[in-house]
Amino acid sequence: MHFLKSRKQEKSLHFVKEKRKKSGSNRRTRRGKMISTGYLFPSAAGVLLFFVLPFLIVIYYSVVDNPISNQFVFLDNYVMVFQNAAFKQAAKNTLMFSLVAVPLAVVLSLFLAMMLESKIPFKSQFRTFFLSPMMVPIASIVLIWQVLFHYNGMVNEVLGIFQIDRIDWLNSNYAQVVIVILFLWKNLGYNMILFMAALSSISKDILEVAVLESATPFQIFWHIKLRYMSSTILFVTIMSLINSFKVFREIYLLKGEYPYDTMYMLQHFMNNTFSRLDYQKMSAAAIMMAIVMVIIIGILFLTENYFGKDVEG
Amino acid sequence: MKIQEKRALSFKGSELDRWSRLVKRRKKIKHAREVVRISFATMIAGCFAVLFLMPIILTITNSFMSASEISANYGQVFATTDTGGKVYISEKVNLKFIPDMVSFSQYITVLLKSPEYLFKFWNSVILVVPIVAFQLLVAMGAAYGFTRYRGRIKEIIFFIYIILMLMPYQVTLVPNYLVADWLHTLNTNWAIWLPGIFSPFAVYLLTKYMRRIPVSVMEAAQIDGAGEWQIFRKICMPLCKGAMCSVAILIFIDYWNMVEQPLILLTDQEKHPLSVFLSKINSGEIGLAFAVATIYMVPPILVFLYGEDYLVEGITYQGGIKG
Repeated sequence: MHFLKSRKQEKSLHFVKEKRKKSGSNRRTRRGKMISTGYLFPSAAGVLLFFVLPFLIVIYYSVVDNPISNQFVFLDNYVMVFQNAAFKQAAKNTLMFSLVAVPLAVVLSLFLAMMLESKIPFKSQFRTFFLSPMMVPIASIVLIWQVLFHYNGMVNEVLGIFQIDRIDWLNSNYAQVVIVILFLWKNLGYNMILFMAALSSISKDILEVAVLESATPFQIFWHIKLRYMSSTILFVTIMSLINSFKVFREIYLLKGEYPYDTMYMLQHFMNNTFSRLDYQKMSAAAIMMAIVMVIIIGILFLTENYFGKDVEG
Repeated sequence: MKIQEKRALSFKGSELDRWSRLVKRRKKIKHAREVVRISFATMIAGCFAVLFLMPIILTITNSFMSASEISANYGQVFATTDTGGKVYISEKVNLKFIPDMVSFSQYITVLLKSPEYLFKFWNSVILVVPIVAFQLLVAMGAAYGFTRYRGRIKEIIFFIYIILMLMPYQVTLVPNYLVADWLHTLNTNWAIWLPGIFSPFAVYLLTKYMRRIPVSVMEAAQIDGAGEWQIFRKICMPLCKGAMCSVAILIFIDYWNMVEQPLILLTDQEKHPLSVFLSKINSGEIGLAFAVATIYMVPPILVFLYGEDYLVEGITYQGGIKG
């Protein structure tokens, strides 16, 4: 929020100065503008060539019947993809996974951040520990994960102490649990850092006033901290959502290209379509995902605007 | 009269005394509560820390086992994943925290006897380093372009960058594949380098950072006769040094960990980086796998230990998405 404020001020300042300059050295400003846009050029050209243009082509591919005859079929490809059983399974699994993993990632990391902010000793060491999984490549850690969650592995041994039956983690409906744990392990540190930054940026005055007005810790948390962190919560949710779509990597490394049914994610579907080079299906699926992504992010932004509007500025 | 005055003045047993004692006791209770709360929080944090660190430490310690020890302990785990056969319930998987006998035999095999792994490691380096270097270079320029003389068009372009940054791989990989197909770079490193170098992520982060430099600083330089290049080189670059480090670290982690891009864009398995190759190690060589995994962890961990503060700062800057 204070980002926004400072930017607005800065911007208005900028405009004023620009106006002042226009009366003076107009030519120099224009030249500077041209040159500074030149700095932008390599990146913009690259993005245009490698992301924007091909994306438009993908949209085009998704509404024609094949790249050779180019017959316009409108939504047929989408309907075809939508009726595909593998796609349905993949979409359902991805949705289920995101619905469970994203809220957990947000809440648990907020919990960790609150804990580290509550004056505990060895704060910086704990921060390092929680952040370290982010650095470690998943490929390196998968081996130990296979050992831990094996049918005769350590997790089942520990559960055995509590008289719980053994579970074949990786080859049953519990497979998603394993993936959620791996996802949380990997992503909590990153989210926690974001929350810690947000918590420390809440102005101390407000918290002190709240204490003087004898607000309970719960009230302070619910009405002040959460409100002031709403933009961070939004960001963490979006990032977790994006990362939850990336979870294919973990599954691929754990179980290869054809994992257990409940681990079959959208990326598996895409990969298998890739290997058949079915451009139409691929494009339609990609566009659908992009649309869903934009809708979700839009909804999140609107929600944040609604809850965070009175603390802004 | 005197006695009454004395009584009023004497502190002990007075109203005031009772009050101060009450306050003291309350403070004590409060303090005790605080201690309990903090020690409780520390305990929970400790538990979490153990859970977070365990997989990493286990991988490292297990890499010092000899091949026979590993196959004795974990043999069946990897035998079943390899063939997909039934599990033998009779045998147990022994998870060892510390190997019975520390041996460097795995490392010797990986580093000296089988160059295959080092070759794959080199593949990873070759794929990641140019991306980090050039993405940073391109992004610095772009960030400067976005910072100077902001107008409506630039804001719209920046918004497109943000949208692109938020798209998951599944969406951007299809365009990447198409471009690689047109440029005939499929199955060469260029297929991964080019989209990597122009990825909008670093631009976003550096722009956010650069826009925090007060406009007046740049304008002062301009009035003193500095050209755009001088402003870029002498003001923006030095002020953004920290941000550049953070961005470099974030890009490095991301690409060191990549799996999807090589799987799709590099059909030739010889060119795969170690991250993909590790999952394909067969059960015969499982002893080596832990050593290879540990070696693969070393560069990011070194980077992390060296630049943790930069990393934290980078993540924090990423956070202010609306600004």
